[in-house]
Amino acid sequence: MLAEAIFFSAVLFTIGVIGVLTRRNAIIIFMCVELMLNAVNLSFVAFARAYGVAGQIFVFFVMTVAAAEAAVGLAIIIALFRHKQTVNLQNINLLRG
Amino acid sequence: MLLQHEVSAVGHPLAGTVAEWLWLLPLLPLLGFVINGLLSLVPATVLGPGDPDIAHGAEGAHGEAGHGVAVHAHDSADDHGAHGDDHHRVVRHRFAWLTSIVGPAVLAVAFGLAVAIFLAMRGVGEMSAPFVQRYFSWMPAGSLRIDAAFQLDQLSMVMILVITGVGTLIHLFSVGYMQDDPGYPRYFAYLNLFVAFMLVLVLGASYPVLFVGWEGVGLCSYLLIGFWFSEKANADAGKKAFIVNRIGDFGLLIAMFLLFANLGALDFVGVNEAATRLTFGGPLVTAICLFMFLGCTGKSAQIPLYIWLPDAMAGPTPVSALIHAATMVTAGVYLIARSSVLFSMAPVAGLTVTVIGALTAIFAATIGLKQWDIKKVLAYSTVSQLGYMFIGVGSGAYVAGIFHLVTHAFFKALLFLGSGSVIFAMHAAYHHTGSHEDAQDMRNMGGLSRYMRVTWVLMWIATLAIAGVPFFAGFFSKDEILGSVFLRARESTLADASWLGIPGSSVLYAAYALGLAAALLTAIYMTRMMLYTFHGPNRTGEKERDHLGEAPWIMTGPLVVLGVLSLFGGWLNLPALTSFLGPVGALDRWLEPVVGESARRVTSGVAPEPAHNVELALVGSAVAIALLGIIIAAVRLKPARLVPKAQAPEEHGIERVLANKYYVDEAYDRVVVEPTVGISRGVLWKGIDQGIIDSVFVNGSARLARGVASLGSWIQSGQVGTYAWVLVIGVLAVLGAFTIR
Amino acid sequence: MRELLDSIGYDSWVLLALLVIPALAALGIWVHGAMLGDNEARDRASGTPRQIALWAFIIEFVVSLGLWWSYDPSTAAMQATLDLSWIPSWGVRFALGIDGISLMMVLLTTFLMPLAVLGSWTSIRLKRHSYYALLLLLTTGMLGVFVARDLFLFYVMWEMMLVPMYFIIGIWGGERRIYATMKFFIYTMVGSMLMLVAIVYLGIKAGGAAGPDFAYESVRRMAGSGGAMTLFGAVVPASLLMFLAFSLAFAIKVPMFPFHTWLPDAHVEAPTAGSVILAGIMLKMGTYGFLRFALPFFPDAAMHPAVRTTFLALGTIGVLYGALVAMVQPDFKKLVAYSSVSHLGFVMLGIFALTTQSIQGALMIMINHGISTGALFLLIGMIYERRHTREIAAYGGIARVVPLFAALLTFVSLSSIGLPGTNGFVGEFLVLLGSFQTTPYLATLATLGVIFAAAYLLWAIQRILFNRLHRVENEHIPDLNARELALMVPLVAVILWLGIYPAPVLRRMEASAEQLVTQVSGVAPATSVARAGNP
Repeated sequence: MLAEAIFFSAVLFTIGVIGVLTRRNAIIIFMCVELMLNAVNLSFVAFARAYGVAGQIFVFFVMTVAAAEAAVGLAIIIALFRHKQTVNLQNINLLRG
Repeated sequence: MLLQHEVSAVGHPLAGTVAEWLWLLPLLPLLGFVINGLLSLVPATVLGPGDPDIAHGAEGAHGEAGHGVAVHAHDSADDHGAHGDDHHRVVRHRFAWLTSIVGPAVLAVAFGLAVAIFLAMRGVGEMSAPFVQRYFSWMPAGSLRIDAAFQLDQLSMVMILVITGVGTLIHLFSVGYMQDDPGYPRYFAYLNLFVAFMLVLVLGASYPVLFVGWEGVGLCSYLLIGFWFSEKANADAGKKAFIVNRIGDFGLLIAMFLLFANLGALDFVGVNEAATRLTFGGPLVTAICLFMFLGCTGKSAQIPLYIWLPDAMAGPTPVSALIHAATMVTAGVYLIARSSVLFSMAPVAGLTVTVIGALTAIFAATIGLKQWDIKKVLAYSTVSQLGYMFIGVGSGAYVAGIFHLVTHAFFKALLFLGSGSVIFAMHAAYHHTGSHEDAQDMRNMGGLSRYMRVTWVLMWIATLAIAGVPFFAGFFSKDEILGSVFLRARESTLADASWLGIPGSSVLYAAYALGLAAALLTAIYMTRMMLYTFHGPNRTGEKERDHLGEAPWIMTGPLVVLGVLSLFGGWLNLPALTSFLGPVGALDRWLEPVVGESARRVTSGVAPEPAHNVELALVGSAVAIALLGIIIAAVRLKPARLVPKAQAPEEHGIERVLANKYYVDEAYDRVVVEPTVGISRGVLWKGIDQGIIDSVFVNGSARLARGVASLGSWIQSGQVGTYAWVLVIGVLAVLGAFTIR
Repeated sequence: MRELLDSIGYDSWVLLALLVIPALAALGIWVHGAMLGDNEARDRASGTPRQIALWAFIIEFVVSLGLWWSYDPSTAAMQATLDLSWIPSWGVRFALGIDGISLMMVLLTTFLMPLAVLGSWTSIRLKRHSYYALLLLLTTGMLGVFVARDLFLFYVMWEMMLVPMYFIIGIWGGERRIYATMKFFIYTMVGSMLMLVAIVYLGIKAGGAAGPDFAYESVRRMAGSGGAMTLFGAVVPASLLMFLAFSLAFAIKVPMFPFHTWLPDAHVEAPTAGSVILAGIMLKMGTYGFLRFALPFFPDAAMHPAVRTTFLALGTIGVLYGALVAMVQPDFKKLVAYSSVSHLGFVMLGIFALTTQSIQGALMIMINHGISTGALFLLIGMIYERRHTREIAAYGGIARVVPLFAALLTFVSLSSIGLPGTNGFVGEFLVLLGSFQTTPYLATLATLGVIFAAAYLLWAIQRILFNRLHRVENEHIPDLNARELALMVPLVAVILWLGIYPAPVLRRMEASAEQLVTQVSGVAPATSVARAGNP
C-alpha cells in the first residue's frame, strides 16, 4: 500500500514540476505548484500510516499555508494582470539584471 | 549709561570730565547711519505681493511704486551710460530733506563733542598715560582677553578733530552735491557709517578694535566707490579697493598674530610696555613692523598696493575728499605713529617704510603729470603726498608725518571739493544740453575762473599749499618732513642700520632727494591742473558755456572754511625759524607723550636741532623747488593750445606710458589676477575637483562596482521559467551527487 | 531665570523633550496625511503640515532656549544629563548630556530649523506632508547626534539623520537630484561603516568580561590605552586604526579636502531648506565628531606629528582650495558650497592646532557658518523662487529692482567673508590667532584665505546685484515680502550680536575647550584670568 501511494505521489509531483517548467501562464503554473504541494501531502499521509501521527499534522500545516498562499498568489496575479494586461510570464521580466 | 559700567581709568585726570562721553563719538554717526539707512529703504518697503503661490495672479500688478522706479532706473542708466562722471540721475528722494538734516547734524554734534573733549584735555594739562575706557569683554578665549575699549590720547585727539571737523565740512558740501540723487539717503548712510568706523579706528584701544574700524572704513569705501553701481567700472573699482585692502589686512592680521604669540598682548598699552623688552632691531620686531606696514600699504595706497586709489575716484567726489584724501587713506600713517614704539625698535622696517614712501611719492607724481581726468590728477597727488607722510613716520619723524596728515587733510579736501564744484558745474552744463561729453576731463574745461570765482581762488590757495609755497599749510609740514629726513640721515639709529646692504644714511639721503624731486613734480602737475581747468580759453562747448556757474552756498561755504585752514594750518607746528609768526612747535609738544620717546630712540637721544644755516639752506631749497615747479609749468604749458577731449590726438612714447600709469594695472592683471582665475578654473576645479577626485575616485569606484555587478547581472534574465529550470537542475544535481556518492 | 528653570526640573527632561517633540510632530503630520486618504485631499490641506512643523520647531526652540541659562559655564562636565537603560544585553544605554561644545550646536539647530521651515514655506509644493515630517525626523536625528553620550546611540542618530536628508534631496531636489543624493548617501555611508566597526570594537573592549559597554566615558578611558593590530603583515597601533576609522567618517561629513566632492552636488540639488540644514548643521557633525570623539579618544594618534601635520595641511589646503574653486563657479549655490569647504577648512585647522583660542574659534566658525551660509542659502532660495535660475550670469544690476534683497545679500556676504563687527570675524580671528601659536606657517597660508574670500563673494555679488541691469526678465522681480523679511531679521540680529558681543557664547565654550586641550595635549593651557560668572 505504501509503495503505491509513494509512486502515485511521485507521479503527481513530477507532473507539477513539468507543468511549472513548461507552461507560461501564471495561473497554470500556480495550479501546478498546488499540485506539487498536494503530492507532498499525499506522501505525508502515507507515511503517517506507517510511522505515526506527525505526518498528518504536517499535512494540516501545508494545507493552511497553501490556502494563504493561494489567496496572496491570486491577488498578485490579478494585480499583475491589471498592471500588464497579461499573465504570460514571458512578458514579465522586472527582475532582469 | 549701560556701557560704562566697567570703566577702568578711575585715577586718570580725564575721569569725570566730558571725556567720559567718548563712546558717543562713533555712536552719533552710527545713529545717522541707522536713520539714513532706513530712509534709503523707503521705496523698497513696499513689500512684494505676499507669497508667490498665494498671489500668483497678482504678479502683473505688483508694487506700483517699485515698478515705476525700476523702469525709470533702467531708462536713465541708458541715457547716461557713456558718462565716466558723477551724477547719473536727477530724482530727488522724498525724504531728502530729512537726510539733509540728520546726515550733517550728527557729525556736527560729534565735532562739538570732540572740541569739548579737546578743551577738557587742554584743561587737565600734562597727561602722560592714555585715557582708556573699557566697555565690555569682546573676545575672551583662554589667555586672550580682548576688550571693547576706547583709548583717548593726544594722537587720537588730533585724528578725531580732523575726522569730525573735515568730515562735517564734507558732509555739508555733500548736501549740495548729492541731494538730487535718488540714492541720497543711502549715500549719507554710508558716509555716516564711514565716520563711525573711522572714529572706531582711531579710538580703539587695541589692535583688534582698531582692525574693526580698519576693515569697516574699507567696507564703506567699497560701498561708496561703487555707489553708482549700475556702471560696471564703478562696481569693479569698489571691489578692487576692497580686495587690495584685504591683501594689506592680511599683513596687519599676521602682525597681530605675531604680537600675541610673542608679547601676549594686543592692546596698545600692553604692547608698548612689552615691546621695549624685545631685541632692538631683531628679526621679530622687524617682521612685526613689516607685516604691519603691508597693512599700511594697502590702506594708504603705497607701492605695491596703491593701484586701487586712482580707481576709487569712481565714487562721488565728496567721498574722494573725505575717504580717499583726508581720512581713511591716512590710517596707515596713524597706525605707524600709533605703533611708534615698535617701529622705533626696528630700524630696518623704518627704512623700508621711508624707501617705499619716497618711491611712491615720486612714482605717483610722475603719473600725475599726464592725467587728464581732474580727479585722477588729485588721486595720484594723494598717493604721492601719502608717500611723504610715510617718509616722515618711517624715518622716525612721527610728528612731522602727523602734521602733514593734518595739513594734507585740509588742502586735499579743499582740492577735491573744489574739483567737485567744478564737476558739478560742468555736469549741470552738459545736462542742460543733453551732451554726453566727459565732465571730468580737463581738456573739456579751461577758463572756468570766469564762471566760478570762489572755487578758483580757493583752489589756488590749496594748490600753493600743496606745492609748498611759503606760509601756506603744506609748506610747513612738507618742509618738516624733508628736514627731518635730512637730519636723521646724518645722525640716528636709522642711519647706523643698513638696508639690503645699503647704509641707512645713504638711503635717507636718497629719500630726501626723491622727496625734493617729488616736490618739484607736485608743483608742476598741480599748476598744470589749475591752468588747464581755470585758465586759457573755455573748451566746454558753445551751448554749454552759458550754463556754467558757481555752486550754491552750501557747497562754497565749506570750501571757504577749508581755504582758511589751508592758509593757516601751518600755525599748528611752526618751525623755530619762523618764531616771529607765533608759538613754535605746538603739535610737537602736544604729541610728545605719545611719540616723544620713540622719536628720541630713533635720534639716539640727540635733539634734532639743525644748525641755523643748514636749516636755512633746507628751507631755501624747498622753496626754490616749489617756485621753480610753478614757473616751469606756467612757462611750458599752453592752455590755449589744448583741444577738447573728443578731438585730442593720441599720445606717444613716454607720454603714453605715463597716461597709462606705466601699465601697472595691466601687469597685475596678467601676472596675478588672470593666472589665479585660470588656475582655479582649469587646474583646481576642472582638473583636480572634477577630473581627478570626482571622475577617477568617486565615480570611478562606482564604475568599478558597476562593472563587477554587470558580470553577474546577465544571468538575471528576469524570466521565472528560467529560474525554475535552474532550480530543478540544481536539485537534481545535488540529489545526483548524494546518490552517486 | 535659573531658579525658574530649576523649579520645573528643566535639566532633567529638556534633552529628552528636544528629541521627542519633533518625532511626535512628525508622527502627527504623517497621521494627518494618512487620514486624509487620497492625494487630492492631501493637496487641499497642504497648509496644515507646514503649520504643524513651524509650531513644533518654535516650541522646540523655546524649550531649548532654557539651556542658555541653565548651562553652567564654569565647568566642562556634562550637564542636563539623562541616563536610561536601553538594550542592557549589549551594554547600550540611552544616555544624553551636553557640554560647552554641544550646547551651541543644539541651540544652532533649534534656531535654524524654524527658519528652514519658513524658507520652504512656498517653495515646497509637492508632498508637503512627507516633506515636513522628514524635516522633523531629521531634527531628532541631528539633535541626537549632538546630545548622545553613548556611542551606540550616537551611531543610531548619525544614521537616522542620513535617511531623511536622502529623501529630501532625492524627492524635492533639482534636476540632478538622484545623482546628488546617491552620491551624498554612499559617500557618507562609506565613512560611517568603518566608524561602526570602530565603535563595536571599542564597545567590546571597553566592557571587558562583563559584556560590551558603549558609554562615552568608559570608552574614552580605555580607548587610548594601547593594543596593536596586525594589518597586511604590519603591526599598527589599534588606536591609530580606530582614529582613522572615526576620522574618515567625520572628514567626509566635514567635508575635508579631498573628501568634499559630494557637497557641491548635494547643495546645488537640495531644496533651500535642505541646503540650509546641510550647510548649517550637518556639516558641523563632522567637526563636532572630531572634537567629541576622535581627538579625546585617541590623543596619541591624533597628536602624532605626521597625522597632525596631515590634518593641519589638509585644513589649510581646504581653506585655499575651497576659496579658489568657489571663485570660478558659475552657479551661485555651488559657489557657496565651495565656500563652505573653505570655512570648514578653518575649523579643521583650528581643531588640530589645539589651543584654547583656536578651538573656541573653531566652535565660533561652526556657529557662524551655520548662520551666515544658512542665510545665504535662504537668500538664494528666495531669488530662485522668483527667477528659477541660480546662474550668476543670469542676474546683474538687480540691486535697483530689489534693494531690500540686495542689502541683505550684501550684509550676509560681508559676514561670510569675516568683516569685523560681524560674527564671521570673531571665529576666523580666533582660529588664526590660536593656530599661529602652534603652526605659524600654515596659519599664515590660511590667512590668505581671507583675501580670496573677499574675492569670490564680492565678485559674485557684484555680478548679481551690481553692474548694468541687462536682462529684461530681471526688471520686474518683486522685492522680499513680509515673510521673507521676518525670516531674515533673526539671522541678521544674530550676525550682529555674535560679531559685537560674542563674549557670552565664548564663555560658555571656554571650559570645555580648555578641558579638551588638556585632555588631548596632556598640558593645561595657561589660563590667566579666572572666569567670570554669567554675563
